[in-house]
Amino acid sequence: MEVELRGITKRFGPVVANSDVNLTIRPGEILGLLGENGAGKTTLMNILSGLYRADEGEIIIDGKTVDFDGPGDAIAAGIGMVHQHFMLVPVFTVAENVVLGVEPVGALDRLDIEAARRQVTDISTQYGLEVDPNAIIEEIPVGLQQRVEIIKVLFRSADVIVFDEPTAVLTPQEVTEFFGIIRSLRDAGKALVFITHKLHEVLEVADRISVLRAGQIVGEGDPKTSTDAELAELMVGRPVRFTVEKSPRKPGETVLDVKDLHVLNERDEVAVDGVSFEVRSGEVVGIAGVQGNGQTELVEAITGLRMPIEGTIAFEGHDITRASARERHRSGMAHIPEDRQRSGIIGTFNIAENMVLDTYYDDRYSSGINLRWPDIYRSTAEIVTDFDVRTNSVFSLANHLSGGNQQKLVVARELSRDIKMMVASQPTRGVDVGSIEYIHKRIIESRDEGDGVLIVSTELDEIMGLSDRILVMFRGRIVAEFEGGKAGIQEIGLAMAGAGAAA
Amino acid sequence: MTVNDRIDKATGDLLKRAVVTRFEIEELVVVPIFAVLIALLLGGLTMVATGVDLPTIGLSYASLLQGSVGSLNAISETLTSAAPLTLAGLGIALGFRAGLFNIGAEGQLLIGGMAAAVVGFSLQGVPLVIHLPLALVAGMAAGALWASIAGWLRAATGAHEVISTIMLNLISFRLVDYLLRNPPIQRPGRSDPISKSILESSELPALLQWLDPNLRIHAGIILTLIVVFVVYWLLFRTTIGFEFRSAGANPDAARYGGMRSGLIIVSVMAVAGALAGLAGANQVLGVLGRASPGFSAGIGFDAIAVALLGRGHPVGVLFAGLLFGALEAGGRNMQVGAGVSIDLITIIQALIVVFIAAPMLVRTLFPFAFAKRGNQREGS
Ligand SMILES: Nc1ncnc2c1ncn2[C@@H]1O[C@H](COP(=O)(O)OP(=O)(O)OP(=O)(O)O)[C@@H](O)[C@H]1O
Ligand SMILES: [Mg+2]
Repeated sequence: MEVELRGITKRFGPVVANSDVNLTIRPGEILGLLGENGAGKTTLMNILSGLYRADEGEIIIDGKTVDFDGPGDAIAAGIGMVHQHFMLVPVFTVAENVVLGVEPVGALDRLDIEAARRQVTDISTQYGLEVDPNAIIEEIPVGLQQRVEIIKVLFRSADVIVFDEPTAVLTPQEVTEFFGIIRSLRDAGKALVFITHKLHEVLEVADRISVLRAGQIVGEGDPKTSTDAELAELMVGRPVRFTVEKSPRKPGETVLDVKDLHVLNERDEVAVDGVSFEVRSGEVVGIAGVQGNGQTELVEAITGLRMPIEGTIAFEGHDITRASARERHRSGMAHIPEDRQRSGIIGTFNIAENMVLDTYYDDRYSSGINLRWPDIYRSTAEIVTDFDVRTNSVFSLANHLSGGNQQKLVVARELSRDIKMMVASQPTRGVDVGSIEYIHKRIIESRDEGDGVLIVSTELDEIMGLSDRILVMFRGRIVAEFEGGKAGIQEIGLAMAGAGAAA
Repeated sequence: MTVNDRIDKATGDLLKRAVVTRFEIEELVVVPIFAVLIALLLGGLTMVATGVDLPTIGLSYASLLQGSVGSLNAISETLTSAAPLTLAGLGIALGFRAGLFNIGAEGQLLIGGMAAAVVGFSLQGVPLVIHLPLALVAGMAAGALWASIAGWLRAATGAHEVISTIMLNLISFRLVDYLLRNPPIQRPGRSDPISKSILESSELPALLQWLDPNLRIHAGIILTLIVVFVVYWLLFRTTIGFEFRSAGANPDAARYGGMRSGLIIVSVMAVAGALAGLAGANQVLGVLGRASPGFSAGIGFDAIAVALLGRGHPVGVLFAGLLFGALEAGGRNMQVGAGVSIDLITIIQALIVVFIAAPMLVRTLFPFAFAKRGNQREGS
């Protein structure tokens, strides 16, 4: 099935998200779609999948113009989308989620769960999408949840499948598996669109590349001949530096001192199991590790969102083990949370309200209990300009920002105040190459001003590029420590897989 | 232009407010108008179905209009009914904003009204400027304390506020009955449950009795307008309101921002209870002059609909309160004038809430009144 988007224009009030876009999606091919944050990738694909209606232009499937009046029509026409934020019912099983809305029914409209399971298993084996149909969604890792989303789309017999930043939440291992899946779908004759900010991924897996900038197609790339640098320049409109420029560190006093920390997770299992380390002023410490090895709980304990069961945390020499999140924050600790949608922003609040989410009470923004909105708006406008958060007004809702710009909003909020310590989880998740360069530069500037920085990331490149010291976390413990710039990717990778844990 | 100028310009552009879109105007104004119209229409059909003849139906709606806005007296009645609905509605709306579903306004109103009555009849020889504020504050304080019980239960034990406020309602009904049957509250010489009458120095002054002694409108309506403004200020202009709204919109983000959810829950319930208590005091000090069993008359439940209808916004709640007040005043007139049961008004009120809650339905029923959509569909 061949799909052609012709002359697509989409406006949101004064914002032009797509402007006269032409794009062809062919069967048996993976189309890589690149573009800066806010370039209009998600919007374009939402139009294709019937979620939005274009203001101008048409969608042509196999030569016939179609008109989608909602996602249902697009699904019926064979177009499916795997969204960046999954839409699964957490307490249902895999099979139940897959058939939801199109359940096979037996006599008297009874749900035929056996048939559902069988159908799920059939699709799994056909495309190599291994997953247990009886598993409960909330108990399986993100990578498997994504498979369920893919099976869901296939179950509705989609011939065109759009993936919006599917790899942003996957571990490197899961990414490799995902590539296997997407290739087998291609070989089965499906037409695929793959959106990502990781250029090497498109170069590896795409057959053709299109680049969007400011709502327009600005170029095509051939994965066989293009390089990251060319693609990045095409996206951003200027050359981008991929490595972080930094001077040797000048470590000072200890800012953060964690001793023998034990933390439980939601299910009351030990997630952090006796971790000790320190972060000095003027240094970046990176924590590498496969997701789910206790990093989340460690960060929550340091930032005051989860109480440890044992051990101590000291900040600038004061014991803060039992201090509230507000107290830590007040004394100069900043926190970029790992999941911006869950806790970093409030979607139904505007950008200015989000910009002061954790500083509204201080005397820059309020007198007594009175918020000084004019000051908040002015300061937000400055920060937004500074960090190039793409929006046309500080009064826009955070929900209406593109994914990457939401992340930039969170980073801007935390980096724009006077701090002594930065705790950053996945600081550049979903952010485009140009903005990654800028965020990294600001983090290093913060270090050079004498702040302590703790980075937790599943991106090894990011950890290796930024850190002066690298700690590797495995099953709740720190199993290895490397000097930044000296360690090889191999060694760190082995430690992450637990190789050093036995020794 | 230098770089700095360019940055200043970019910053200035960001500070421009977006124009209100046609879609937003439709949601706020056109949908409610059509919701009211269709509810009245369906109300008429209900009358047809129950065998009321057409002239009587016409007469009913004429007296509904007459009794709500048709004369000075009608307007006075509308405003008198609107005041407590709005006050209690504001409290419930505040809860919605903070993610709490407070069903307990009825009980908070009773407890608040009782406290106001006690202060109202017991302080002899105190001038009005002291006595009236004291009585009002007593009503608010009692309502706040009563509602905080549910807040505290939620914060400390996780007991859901819907359940606990319903239970507190039931307790308050019996508690008030008990208090009314016993000294020192019970009126001397009476065996039925009724309180002593409040002293004149604690009455909310009537506003237009110099024109016509039948005009019941009293200072409570002015108080209501002030409170609308205060609640607006609290919600949107203060750090406290910012915390309330954050906790309601995304509790995880509120926690991340260093806000204390337990404290927020208890304070929201206290403020909501204070507003419901004030509504009760308003009734006792402005309309009834005493407390009797069930003097709350379902205001605390109607106020839930008022808060929903007002979309949780103080100004919206004021308009919704006025509408419900008008329906109530008009409904009484309708019962007298056309002999149609006042229950019909309850049906119409319920229908209005249904249609307001389902804007898509209204849009589908009256396509001619709305701009063609399509490009406004919200995605994920
Ligand atoms: N519902 C909406 N209301 C208003 N503006 C919107 C809405 N959705 C998107 N936009 C705007 O449209 C533009 C394109 O957004 P889109 O989400 O398509 O970007 P994107 O290319 O997917 O970016 P990212 O890489 O950050 O995910 C942005 O400027 C965004 O602010
Ligand atoms: Mg996007």
